[in-house]
Amino acid sequence: MRKIIIIDDEPLARSIVKEYLQKHKDFEVVQECNDGFEGVKAIQQHQPDLIFLDIQMPKINGFEMLELIEQPPAVIFATAFDEYAIKAFEAHAIDYLLKPFNQERLDKAIQKWSDANNKPNEKNTQDLLETASQSPAQSQRIVVKSGSKIKIIPVHDVLYLEAADDYVKIHTKEGYFLKNKTMSHFEQVLDPQQFVRSHRSYIVNVQQITRIDPYEKDNHVAVLKAGTQIPVSRSGYVKLREVLGL
Amino acid sequence: MLNWFGMPVQSAITDSLVTNGLLLTICLMLMNTFRYYLPKREQFVSVFGICVLFAVLWLLISRWLLGLTVSFYDTSPELLHRSLPIRFSIAVLILGCVAMVSALWNTWSEQKENETRKADAEKLAKDAELFKLRQQLQPHFLFNSLNSINALIGMKPDEARKMVQQLSDFLRGTMRKEENQFITFSEEMDYLKLYLEIEKVRFGYRLKTEMDIAEESLGWKIPALLVQPLMENAIKFGLYGTTGEVTIGLRARIVDKHLVVAVMNPFDPDMQMPPGTGFGLNSVKRRLYLLFGRNDLVEVNKSQNSFIVIFRIPDINA
Repeated sequence: MRKIIIIDDEPLARSIVKEYLQKHKDFEVVQECNDGFEGVKAIQQHQPDLIFLDIQMPKINGFEMLELIEQPPAVIFATAFDEYAIKAFEAHAIDYLLKPFNQERLDKAIQKWSDANNKPNEKNTQDLLETASQSPAQSQRIVVKSGSKIKIIPVHDVLYLEAADDYVKIHTKEGYFLKNKTMSHFEQVLDPQQFVRSHRSYIVNVQQITRIDPYEKDNHVAVLKAGTQIPVSRSGYVKLREVLGL
Repeated sequence: MLNWFGMPVQSAITDSLVTNGLLLTICLMLMNTFRYYLPKREQFVSVFGICVLFAVLWLLISRWLLGLTVSFYDTSPELLHRSLPIRFSIAVLILGCVAMVSALWNTWSEQKENETRKADAEKLAKDAELFKLRQQLQPHFLFNSLNSINALIGMKPDEARKMVQQLSDFLRGTMRKEENQFITFSEEMDYLKLYLEIEKVRFGYRLKTEMDIAEESLGWKIPALLVQPLMENAIKFGLYGTTGEVTIGLRARIVDKHLVVAVMNPFDPDMQMPPGTGFGLNSVKRRLYLLFGRNDLVEVNKSQNSFIVIFRIPDINA
């Protein structure tokens, strides 16, 4: 028996997927979820083989939900209209269903998944999320998991970002959160007029800077409102001056 | 004239006919020229130059013609010579006046034409913009509604039929013609109910609405399709901003000869809004500005956990 989870905020949208799946006797819908929060929990609990995922959902969208899961299962997206999502799908061959879709289309998606050895394609999923994260919604906020809680950080609340091995530490007034992404990912996604990579390991929110002091012979430090000092490299200093208009 | 110069009547008439006829022809030529060519302000000197040139030309031709036709001048040519400066100055004056008047006239009529054209263009642009603002339909809403209908067809065919009907009526409403731009508030509410019915089928128990509408507001004339985009906004804001049940409120009153409508939705102040949620609000602001020329008709109140949009519609009969 293959385990399936359907995550969509519209009850009828879930029931049509369920109805179409009745034909596939070796599949069982183990849970239906109303939003990404329920989705994260259910995926951890059931470890499904395949999920059907909507994009636009309450609080966090489908992509943000996937980012919170360590090893995401195979995904078939189902969405009505979202230019960014469709762009991401087209670029990274995971199958997707455009609502409304018919039985044949769903059968085809399942077939495609079976042909791909039932395995989630980690690399494709990562690339997909990377493309999708350039949508305007996701440049406005960062969704992180701290313990069992999911936290949505508006980007203007971010003080600075710091590289930490495979993670990035997102520093806010309430402390820091870890996200499994690279510095260059954030450098691409965040507004370059607000966030400047001041150093190989630091991206700083320029609105938080109160002054820039010289440090040792060639370097500088940016001093934040809270008093924190952020290293500024020589090239970082050039970039900062440009953005600040100095 | 006759007494002064002692000219025979016959000669005087021929003289005036020839010279004036010639002058008239030149005047007409000048007027015709100005119909196609409009001198700029700084070119009036050259216009004057043209007048002088024409006058000289006229003088030469008329002198030649007079020599041919009026035999009187054969005997007393000095009379013709002496009259030349007077003839010349009169010609310059007349030509100058004609040039000036026709230039002014043509400038004025072109300006007027320009103004009407500009006004027409502005009206067209405004109408087009209003039409577009009214017609904005979220593709997301349409496709998701079709998806819900698709699901209902298998489980509850009667409800599927009902929803097809509602969706059709709703779509027809968005395509309503321009001439019915103002409708009564109660018509708008009927239309809004259609929309809400569809949304309630889509979102099920999560979507609740509370209507509080004063009786006297029902007959008020408002621009068509004004409340629906705000409601759509409120639903999107509310439903995508929280995970639980969401109650959208609508309140309508008449205050100070204005219809005052408030649309309320709960929201989580920590949430970053999904993109596009500001659109409905901006389009309503823009429409009210285009229709009433006022910027103070829409107001937004954000409190701890509710978001309220209040708009006011003046009495259009006042």
